[in-house]
Amino acid sequence: MQKKVFQIIVNNTSGVLSRISGLFSRRGYNVESITAGTTTDDGITRITIVASGDLEALEQIEKQLAKLEDVLTIKELKPDESVYRELILLKVKVLPQDRQSVMSVADIFRAKIIDVAPESLIIELTGNQQKIDAFISLLEGYEILEQARTGIAGLGRGTEHILYRE
Amino acid sequence: MIGADAIVKCLEAEGVKEVFGYPGVAICPFYNSILDSDIRPILVRTEQNAAHAASGVARMTGRPGVCAVTSGPGATNVITGIATAFADSIPLICITGQVNSELLGSDVFQEADIYGAVESFVKYSYLIKNVNDIPRVFKEAFYIANSGRKGPVLIDIPIDIQNAPIPKFKYPESVSLSTYKPTVKGNIVQIRKVIKELEKAKRPIICAGGGILLSEAQDVLRTFATNHNIPVVTTMMGIGVMPTNHPLYYGMVGNNGKPYANRAMNEADLVIMAGARVADRAISQPDLITKDKILVHIDVDPAEIGKNAGPTIPIVGDAKHIFEDFLAEELSADYCDWINVLNEYKSAMAIIRKPDANYVDPECFIRKLTEKMEDNAVYVADVGQNQIWSCAYAQIKSGKFLTSGGMGTMGYSIPAAIGAKVAAPNRQVVAVCGDGSFQMSMMELATMIQHGIQVKIVIFKNNYLGMVRQYQHFSYQDKYSVVDLSGSPDFSKLSESYHIPFIRLEDMSSCDATIDAFLKEDTSMILECNIDPMDLV
Repeated sequence: MQKKVFQIIVNNTSGVLSRISGLFSRRGYNVESITAGTTTDDGITRITIVASGDLEALEQIEKQLAKLEDVLTIKELKPDESVYRELILLKVKVLPQDRQSVMSVADIFRAKIIDVAPESLIIELTGNQQKIDAFISLLEGYEILEQARTGIAGLGRGTEHILYRE
Repeated sequence: MIGADAIVKCLEAEGVKEVFGYPGVAICPFYNSILDSDIRPILVRTEQNAAHAASGVARMTGRPGVCAVTSGPGATNVITGIATAFADSIPLICITGQVNSELLGSDVFQEADIYGAVESFVKYSYLIKNVNDIPRVFKEAFYIANSGRKGPVLIDIPIDIQNAPIPKFKYPESVSLSTYKPTVKGNIVQIRKVIKELEKAKRPIICAGGGILLSEAQDVLRTFATNHNIPVVTTMMGIGVMPTNHPLYYGMVGNNGKPYANRAMNEADLVIMAGARVADRAISQPDLITKDKILVHIDVDPAEIGKNAGPTIPIVGDAKHIFEDFLAEELSADYCDWINVLNEYKSAMAIIRKPDANYVDPECFIRKLTEKMEDNAVYVADVGQNQIWSCAYAQIKSGKFLTSGGMGTMGYSIPAAIGAKVAAPNRQVVAVCGDGSFQMSMMELATMIQHGIQVKIVIFKNNYLGMVRQYQHFSYQDKYSVVDLSGSPDFSKLSESYHIPFIRLEDMSSCDATIDAFLKEDTSMILECNIDPMDLV
């Protein structure tokens, strides 16, 4: 099993997300995360998909996605040529006496405390997946009440960029 | 034991008596295993009709009808049948064979993504990838199909899963679905509110939809209406809730309904919509039934409430339970004046047709036919002008009226009648269709013969797609496009080649004797009626 991150530039039409996710279910591809959002051009949406499978399946995924009418460009974001970020929100059960120690762990990871309640905290952390996984494992002694992860967004390094329209 | 044996065991555990379908390689393990059980496999002549026949079974028995077809074209052919059942909330289990699970997604021979394709027409669907999931999936599927708002459930099963050994088979006794818990009991506070409003109301009316029949609430609704003298109208899918000649029944509403039924709805000060979705064909202006009146909307599906009309009092739950709760409450009210007004409307607003004596008059024919039919007979109406005439003139006693209301699928009547007759072999089953809809399903005459299923078929022959011709008459000033049915076969010769007795009725002069001959014995028969091509509904 390998993992690849694809950036897909698509027309912002209704149903485009369902066409793309439908392709994954129809062909039995595995998707780990999918994020979508507008670009600097209102009519264009950027979708970032993390897919896993053997090399042949990943190659098929790229080809099948490229074939969809609404897809303008699909490009792999290779790990050594790209930056990935994911945002996570964690609601952690923390009694007042433990609050300080959790906050200092958060500090080391440059995470932010964005909500404080008498017995819980909400922590916001942005980073690559390894960093987020490391942070979660450090909180193991605490009860994580809820977690929300956005999935990966990414861009290729350097000046080279995708043109939205020819 | 292999997966296919397990599927058959699941169907046996659910009390399934018959499966309609069409085999292909991908469903062969199942059709091999079914021979070792008492379940009767019935070969139809095209897959769409397997779903319609299963729909006929479901509507007669109150249990999901079952069809099983092969992968690829077999599966895609069944979609119209599934969509038809979905539109009318009919419980079905559709089993589709699928290519080897290793090959899924690789576009091999007869692979179609049926699981994805039917997404918008099913209540739920499964793609089984592990043979051990079969018992749980079937238990869930039957439960989902036949609870809450009923509907079709599709189960796609790759051939290797059907052939895989299953170490131990145990059919679950219950289901646990954390995300699916339909409401059954209506809120008692809301129910009492309705009773209070009924006490204040002067002109109440009950509009009963297909949901009443699906929850088998017709008896309790009838008792409630009779006890308190409340008039009842129905939607197309609600026909049969009241016997046609019941003094409190004022016919079908809607743009093809009785004018006095629509007037009653408009003038009522309290409308109880029960098991009806207030769709455009029944209620063309939903704002009218909320203006200056109290709208009580009873539905098992919370999403229906407020979708087309905002109710004053919504009640979510099973109609049978809710009407039982209504009956348990004290209510003293007198609606005699209102009933008198409605009876005046009924006699003043009756439509008088002026039939051409050279043809069979659909109104007179349908009245006579249904009066002569057995009390508990099943009348299956197809789609087109014939459907509107059937809705308007069929006299339903204690029998059933089946038709495709939501989707309006031509060709529904013959396969649905086949299903109804298989489910209720002792009842008289008559399908009434046009020459257009007959030709969409006439291949099923072979199914009737092969399996000894006695269905009586009436063909209204006018050599036109009459409903569309009528639309073109009004909207395109008689500029007819693609509605002429010339090229149709000689139906008497067609019947002869299937060894089915045939009678033709030219005009009304021999109507009684012809209908008597048509209904006399419990055998399949075709009766062709010569209908005025220019007749309008």
